[in-house]
Amino acid sequence: MRGGGFTSLSRAMFLGFVRDRAALIFSILLPVLFLVFFGSIYKNSSASRLNLVTVGRVELLQQARRADPGLARVLTISHSRSEGAALAAVRKGTDDAAVLQRGNTLVLRFSIADQTKAGLVNSVLGSIVQDANQAASGQPPRFRLAASQVEDKSLKPIQYFTPGLLGWALASGAAFGAAITLVSWRENKLLRRLRLAPVGIGSIVTARIGIAVAIGLIQMAVFLAIATLPYFGLRLTSAWWMAIPLVVCGILAFMSIGLLVGAIAKTQQAATAIANLIILPMAFLGGAFIPLDFAPSWVREASYVMPLRYLVTGMQDVMARGEGPASALPAIGVLLGFTLVVSAIAVRMFRWDDI
Amino acid sequence: MPATISVSDVRKAYGDVAAVDGVSFEVEQGEFFGILGPNGAGKTTTLEIVEGLRKPDSGAVTVLGLPAWPRNAELLPRIGVQLQASSFFERLTAREQIRTFASLYGVPATNADDMLETVGLTEQGGLRTEKLSGGQAQRLSIACALVHDPELLFLDEPTGALDPQARRNLWDLLRQISSSGRTVVLTTHHMDEAELLCDRVAIMDHGKILKAGPPAALVRELDQPLRISVQSGLVSGEQAAVLAGADKPAGLAGSGPGEPAGQVTDDGVSLSIATSDPATVLSGLARADALAGLRVQGATLEDVFLSLTGREYRA
Repeated sequence: MRGGGFTSLSRAMFLGFVRDRAALIFSILLPVLFLVFFGSIYKNSSASRLNLVTVGRVELLQQARRADPGLARVLTISHSRSEGAALAAVRKGTDDAAVLQRGNTLVLRFSIADQTKAGLVNSVLGSIVQDANQAASGQPPRFRLAASQVEDKSLKPIQYFTPGLLGWALASGAAFGAAITLVSWRENKLLRRLRLAPVGIGSIVTARIGIAVAIGLIQMAVFLAIATLPYFGLRLTSAWWMAIPLVVCGILAFMSIGLLVGAIAKTQQAATAIANLIILPMAFLGGAFIPLDFAPSWVREASYVMPLRYLVTGMQDVMARGEGPASALPAIGVLLGFTLVVSAIAVRMFRWDDI
Repeated sequence: MPATISVSDVRKAYGDVAAVDGVSFEVEQGEFFGILGPNGAGKTTTLEIVEGLRKPDSGAVTVLGLPAWPRNAELLPRIGVQLQASSFFERLTAREQIRTFASLYGVPATNADDMLETVGLTEQGGLRTEKLSGGQAQRLSIACALVHDPELLFLDEPTGALDPQARRNLWDLLRQISSSGRTVVLTTHHMDEAELLCDRVAIMDHGKILKAGPPAALVRELDQPLRISVQSGLVSGEQAAVLAGADKPAGLAGSGPGEPAGQVTDDGVSLSIATSDPATVLSGLARADALAGLRVQGATLEDVFLSLTGREYRA
């Protein structure tokens, strides 16, 4: 009888979810749209090229291109007949810099409208001049720089924001789902009706957890399926499967927030507002929308109290940074501890009905 | 054989307000029992205490021989509870709804479908509950309470917001349920509903039971004069007064709070005579060939309420 209660409750809850268009849009379609949007914007940002316009003959540049064919991948070079036209093109932003050679001086005119490119063009041409000086001295180079990035060669922004957006989608799905179910069941007295049926509280709660986890894993599958499309190019690192237990623990943590909100709130509107008030700041400050590496230090410090931080950075570690399976364990521990504390409070605040 | 429900001196207060203030009653097996009273009288709180949803501040309640509080898993499969028309899972069809409730009680889906048939909702089985009319939702709600074949059924204001046609349909269903031998306890603020359906009613006001008994007996006990009316202009006022027995000694007049026996009123449309001796009045009117538009009205439970509280009954 208990088993029958569990499966039929799970079934009822699952049908209630998949037939709720607003919930489907909110928990799956909207985060996926965010993913597609950010994925398209940042797709080319790591392969930025410099457009140079040359005036007259620039011997140094041609030498450098002969010496290092790899330069062609970074520089696109066009020619202009007059210096005035070249400068106008730089001011307009069609070209990133104008280059001409006067005797032994390489003249570089750039715009600071795009500071990243301004810095890049300065250092690229600076190193060309330095190489030329070195070659002119007739001595072989004494020091050499060997540089390579610490991450996988394929690292692109999508590696960072897929876990971030997925974390936000999971957090809001679990918290809103739990809060709204609890409040609406109390409002329409279904909670009291179930209390008078021979089903244990355990069956009701485990059925709800089971559904939340199932929904979360569906969100995760949809996210990873889209992000790994060649167009977006997410490459999962070897221990990515460790994200699955991490996601389960994250869902438990955010369900406990949802249950607490549901225990406090009297109406569905209030529950939605309170849950938003908790989840949205967490998405911005916990590393879901803005990568913590780029965030100001106070945000990084604040993020330590937010469960979303542990879910997002834990997923980044195993899915994108190529760390081992054990790297997710501290995050799992924090999320489970958070779940225990918050659900204990939620149980104390729980009411069967409004009076 | 102990009573199916036994309530003795139950009290429940919310803050300073005594919602239930020393209520005692018993319900026998197979009885259709009504708790009747205006809104805020304490009916629902009383019912919730009997169902085991609330703990009384004091007093004792046993249901089917077992204490109602705390929640007793042994008792739950033997009682059926209908709370409100909207107490459903969101976005399920009527059939999915009742099958879900059935499986909570370990009842197979075929029984659930049969119950849907019993309440006449087979055609609406594929409709989501949000799309059902008020009467259909109410019938589904009762079907969900009955699906595990309980011995005892609780109904809280089942006809609350229904139109007259839907109410009448539901009354037929409730009579059918009661005639199958189940014990039914119902709260209502409709006096006519209680009078029509219940074997016995308890009239509640301000958390107390004012009076309990079979509706007909309560009305009869009131001993209020009948009101006989015919079309105006058929008999004169004096004739009517003689027929009404105005000349009879006052001792024969009814003791109820309504019109005193012998009073004659004429509003230009109908002439009404209040009397405790209808045989004389009716035969007198027949002799005068003045029976056109005849209506005979007796006292109702509303008059009982009026006599108990001294105020008009307003639900």
